Amino acid sequence: MERKNIQAQQTTHTAQEQEHVELAQKTTETNQELLTNVDDILAEIDGVLEENAEDFVKGFVQKGGQ
Amino acid sequence: MERRIYGIETEYGIRYIPKSLGHLGPEETARKLFKPVVDTWRSTNVFLPNGGRLYLDVGSHPEYATAETATLRDLITHDKAGEYLFNDLINQAEDSLEDENLTGTIYLFKNNVDSADNSYGSHENYMLERKVEFAKLVASLIPFLITRQIIVGAGKTHPAGPPAWGTQPGISAEPSYSFSQRADHIWEGSSTATTRSRPLINTRDEPHADASLYRRLHVINGDSNMSQTTTLLKIGATDLVLRMLEERYPLKDFAVKDTATALRTISHDLTGTARFALADGGEISALEMQRHYLESARAFVEIKGEHHQDVAYVLDLWTRTLEAIEADDFSTIDTEIDWAIKKKLLDAYIARGASGYDDPRIAQLDLAYHDIDPRRGVYNLLASRGQAKTVVSEQEIARAAIHPPETRAKLRGAFINAARNAGEQFTVDWVHMKLNAYPQHTVMCKDPFATESEDVQALIKVLDGIAPSTSWAPPFI
Repeated sequence: MERKNIQAQQTTHTAQEQEHVELAQKTTETNQELLTNVDDILAEIDGVLEENAEDFVKGFVQKGGQ
Repeated sequence: MERRIYGIETEYGIRYIPKSLGHLGPEETARKLFKPVVDTWRSTNVFLPNGGRLYLDVGSHPEYATAETATLRDLITHDKAGEYLFNDLINQAEDSLEDENLTGTIYLFKNNVDSADNSYGSHENYMLERKVEFAKLVASLIPFLITRQIIVGAGKTHPAGPPAWGTQPGISAEPSYSFSQRADHIWEGSSTATTRSRPLINTRDEPHADASLYRRLHVINGDSNMSQTTTLLKIGATDLVLRMLEERYPLKDFAVKDTATALRTISHDLTGTARFALADGGEISALEMQRHYLESARAFVEIKGEHHQDVAYVLDLWTRTLEAIEADDFSTIDTEIDWAIKKKLLDAYIARGASGYDDPRIAQLDLAYHDIDPRRGVYNLLASRGQAKTVVSEQEIARAAIHPPETRAKLRGAFINAARNAGEQFTVDWVHMKLNAYPQHTVMCKDPFATESEDVQALIKVLDGIAPSTSWAPPFI
């Protein structure tokens, strides 16, 4: 898997800030334009889930925290 | 108080799923995850240049505490920066495992319970003025916290119905969905304990500030939220109730008879109308109680004005959520409230053939919703497809992973960064900053709002004398 590189984001920070406004606007637009194609989204989710549903859930056991 | 300091501490669940031979348990996985932290900072319990704190907690739970923040937007941004930092650590750990010929996936879940019903928490911190009568405020806040789950719970499926507890049997054995993850694991109103008899409020008096002026309220019964807008409502509504209590605005003096019973009754009743006992012999529902707090808050804001940019949105979302529960129609909140966003997804799967809330695929989605991976995590995937509303941008979150907010965290972050650039050993906590080689220069900053300090400037000057540098490096390399 490709490593997410915080260093690169740090050094290109100025460029990112310029993009920032555009991206913020884009986020809002996406929020508003509520996608209706539920089947597409479900298919996409199916594509990223582990194959063994039962093991994915039951195999997750950890001691409690606070 | 006019301005308040807020913080959120999140304990994450951890899991390694191998794609080849070689299994890693939670402890080993957590150790792998924290290797870059130890390599960079020589410890598994560190403060970072962004002012936050990252550590391994009881039960190998990776934990992130946001820096002290003074606005809700900063709080949400820094809470999300915790996920961002852990995703970076996951990527590094998976790469180094691959070098050892172990291919697999590390999962971090921002939820509150594993498959064996072990629970872990999300803790909220609110700064209060010392002059407020604490015991009275806590008593008045508890009914709000008991019922708050119907607006800001993270949602949970129960394949065998609501669980039995104590000597009480489960309400039904039918597969079900609840508002809250954490409600089944809380036992009392307030105490100094956190793991034995989990209370709603931890009363330990550790202000991390001038103890003659401030006190810290430590709320530990909330669900961890994926949705930014749900976090905004959770902290925003709680802040409004605190403001009313601080200013002695007249609120009804509810006293709930049995905290544990009320929490469970409310969580497992999606109509919001189930009644629970009050100490005075009466009965009330979560909807009725929340209506009282909402209407009071609305009247209070009309008199006092909006004290931050999101007050109107908080009141609007609070109103819409109660109306949605009343109308049994969640479509008006299903991109903004975690339990409703998740329920919409699960119900869509059920409508397309999953057998119900006991279907293994549904249980999987319930858990995968809390996976913090930006592409694979189901909440994140929904958000990227416009199915979950966001209020802060990915750029702001990435920036907050490196840079501190405008509070005392700015001083701590600048000091940590300068010490790191100079290669000097240092010791910090929420209040103190010390260079190990120059203990005479130790600075104590008891004002969490302070963004400037001559003492810290002097300390950084010592470091600049060793190696002047203004660059802000990523926290783990």
